Amino acid sequence: MGMQSDIKLIDENGLRIDGRKPDELRPIKIEVGVLNRADGSAYIEWGGNKILAAVYGPREAFPKHTQNPSRAIVNARYNMAAFSVDERKRPGPDRRAVEISKVISEALEASIFVEQFPRTSIDVYIEVLQADAGTRIAGLTAASVALADAGIPMKDLVVGCAAGKVDGKIVLDLNKEEDNYGEADLPLAIIPRTQEIVLMQMDGNMTREEVREAIEMAKKAALFISNLQKEALRAKYEKGEIQKTEENSNEGVNKGE
Amino acid sequence: MDLNKKIVLPGEEIDINGFKQGNGLYFEDGKYYSYQLGLIQVYNNFVNIIPLSGKYFPSKNDKVIAKVIEIAPSFWVLDINSPYPAFLHVNDTPWKPSSGELAKILNVGDTVYAKVNEITESRQIWLSIKEPGLRKIEGGHIVTVQPSRVSRIIGKGGSMVNMIKESTGVKIQLGQNGVVWLDGEPEKVLEVIRILKFIEEESTASGLTDAVKSRLEKSR
Repeated sequence: MGMQSDIKLIDENGLRIDGRKPDELRPIKIEVGVLNRADGSAYIEWGGNKILAAVYGPREAFPKHTQNPSRAIVNARYNMAAFSVDERKRPGPDRRAVEISKVISEALEASIFVEQFPRTSIDVYIEVLQADAGTRIAGLTAASVALADAGIPMKDLVVGCAAGKVDGKIVLDLNKEEDNYGEADLPLAIIPRTQEIVLMQMDGNMTREEVREAIEMAKKAALFISNLQKEALRAKYEKGEIQKTEENSNEGVNKGE
Repeated sequence: MDLNKKIVLPGEEIDINGFKQGNGLYFEDGKYYSYQLGLIQVYNNFVNIIPLSGKYFPSKNDKVIAKVIEIAPSFWVLDINSPYPAFLHVNDTPWKPSSGELAKILNVGDTVYAKVNEITESRQIWLSIKEPGLRKIEGGHIVTVQPSRVSRIIGKGGSMVNMIKESTGVKIQLGQNGVVWLDGEPEKVLEVIRILKFIEEESTASGLTDAVKSRLEKSR
């Protein structure tokens, strides 16, 4: 944000630097259950972002003083790999990673039924393998899929999208160049069923009207991404179902259970 | 009804159609929603969501396979593959050790086949092995499966597990917590592990008993 350059981010046809229209998303691919040792996991490719999310728990919270006798604690850890960006990122949590971990934890907590598991922790690890702007939202989107894969009770799958201002125009889902040289970036996450906002941050400057427009745009996109999450989960769990319906027709009896 | 056996995701609206709200559903603004990834099942007029993944949550009288992780003056602390540890008091065992000698009976790392005796309000889990069939487990192999798939492995009236036992000659003891104890010839044990993994993966399919049967016959 705020860096100066003479690159034109939006051309005379109104198209963006990567050829997208102002309200167009980057391609998104979600995969479920990619890690065997985790209780739940997901992998997301969102434009140039490549992110792994793993969920462990609910399990006994350690150290013990962090336990809450009435509810579970949600511990998300956002981490960028040293090789995830152009210039090597110094490994380990920095100010930015700690902040993102905190807002992601709180966004997920808004959806999880934490009262069901007193004294436990639900640990979410988000590893950014390749970054290309919008990693916190992509990580959060993958994390909620991993939570569902881990069988954790929640109101709905948290989902998000970013919107921002580039060359004086409100655009959806900023890429790296737009994020670096644009005027504003506004990541947003919602609980799709109620459209309740669980995460919203802003970097840069926008007028009140522009913020309103950006929020509407991001919300609309989030609802679309929500369907991608659900499709990914169904793809993993409905495998056996196809076989089932075929066999049911000539059998008619459910064995077992 | 077509509600049965449908896969639902968290937050999916469920029309419970005059049935009662069972496990895995929450109520908000006059509608019912699923809170877990699972299969819908209607049982005794209750609509339940059978989870397809997740940790084991004990309920009273469940038989589990537990591993000793700690020894206290008059009880053992055991891991039952759940978010909370379980406890076994000496009074709930057939043995009467003198104080301080608990390690001679069950040491850290030992495994028992036990019953969930009591779950207190503060979610303390107390086990018991004072019943015929419950015992300390010696020898054999331990594997873990998804706890929600255990009923599928057992089959109707034990049909599935008995078939595997008869066909391979391997002794099998299933814990509700997804821990399985196997004892027999090494090759046969490996074969059973493969079959357990197969059942775990295909647990939503019906006609599974026949599929397992043909696999067993092939391996013979």
